[in-house]
Amino acid sequence: MVDEEEIPLWEVFIRPRNGLAHRHCGSLHATDSKMALQAARDVYTRRGEGLSVWVIPSVQISASDPQDREEMFDPSDDKVYRHPNFYNIPDDVGHM
Amino acid sequence: MQKGLFSALLQLADDHLVLGHRLSEWCGHAPMLEEDLALPNIALDLIGQARSLYTYAGEIEGVGRDEDALAFCRIEREYQNLLICELPNGDFAQTILRQFYFSSFMLLFWEQAQNSSDATVAAVAGKAIKEAKYHRRHCGEWVIRLGDGTDESARRMQASCEILEPYLGELFNNSYGSLEISQSGVLPDRSLLQEPWLIDVMEVFQAANLNIPDLTHAHKGGREGRHTEAMGHLLAQLQYMQRSFPDMAW
Repeated sequence: MVDEEEIPLWEVFIRPRNGLAHRHCGSLHATDSKMALQAARDVYTRRGEGLSVWVIPSVQISASDPQDREEMFDPSDDKVYRHPNFYNIPDDVGHM
Repeated sequence: MQKGLFSALLQLADDHLVLGHRLSEWCGHAPMLEEDLALPNIALDLIGQARSLYTYAGEIEGVGRDEDALAFCRIEREYQNLLICELPNGDFAQTILRQFYFSSFMLLFWEQAQNSSDATVAAVAGKAIKEAKYHRRHCGEWVIRLGDGTDESARRMQASCEILEPYLGELFNNSYGSLEISQSGVLPDRSLLQEPWLIDVMEVFQAANLNIPDLTHAHKGGREGRHTEAMGHLLAQLQYMQRSFPDMAW
């Protein structure tokens, strides 16, 4: 087996249809961005899942620390008024 | 004309079936997961192309042989594939280099064949061209990265060049059947593809620091059914199910 420690890890994002956003669907190993795009195509779009692919080096992603979860996310728990559930939407507006 | 067309289609179909089978041998054995999917992906494209070609060849022949009969129920001497397609895979470098050579050639071939005077050939070419484009790109990028990579990858890539070199000339030979067919505008003249093919290979080889192959000394025989020792072993595996359980369905 190839020593995968030496080959960088990439995160793969796929946009399934026009008008939708790219969504994270997994990761893979590749030597550079060109090869990562080809590997993403071969690994993640075999069943017609995609119209567009993004790959990003995993090391470029800054992630929140799970240990900070309480201070990061708990304060929003009691702020139910931030959800737009307290308005009467006129019928003429239609689907929102 | 019909006999020549049948023979030319069969040769093309055999190239794709046999090489597709070889590539499929990598399934579960590739050096990394990404290539474990990429190589069988290419194999499936090649086998799909072979199916269309066998089916059409069977219709042209007109004696009721379908794709399965042509793919599985002939003896070794009746297969007319290029020798390079049946060679054992070797290491990853050798498999990738062979695929690059073949796909680069087939891309040029299909580009011309999509303007064929035969509507079925044009349709098969129209679909195959998209697949060949990706195969050529994927394998070309690997050739560059292995040739211009580590000491070991460069050594293996150069060794693969030497192993495959004597099998390249056969790509550009027009057999009796295919020459007749190219003159009537149904399939491209293979000998005319040598120059553009060399230009394509040179571009990749310069980036990969590899020596351009010499096409002067070429093994031949595949088109006449004279195969290498590897072919019998390949067919034993390829034909096993159909020979053990004739006409089975699932």
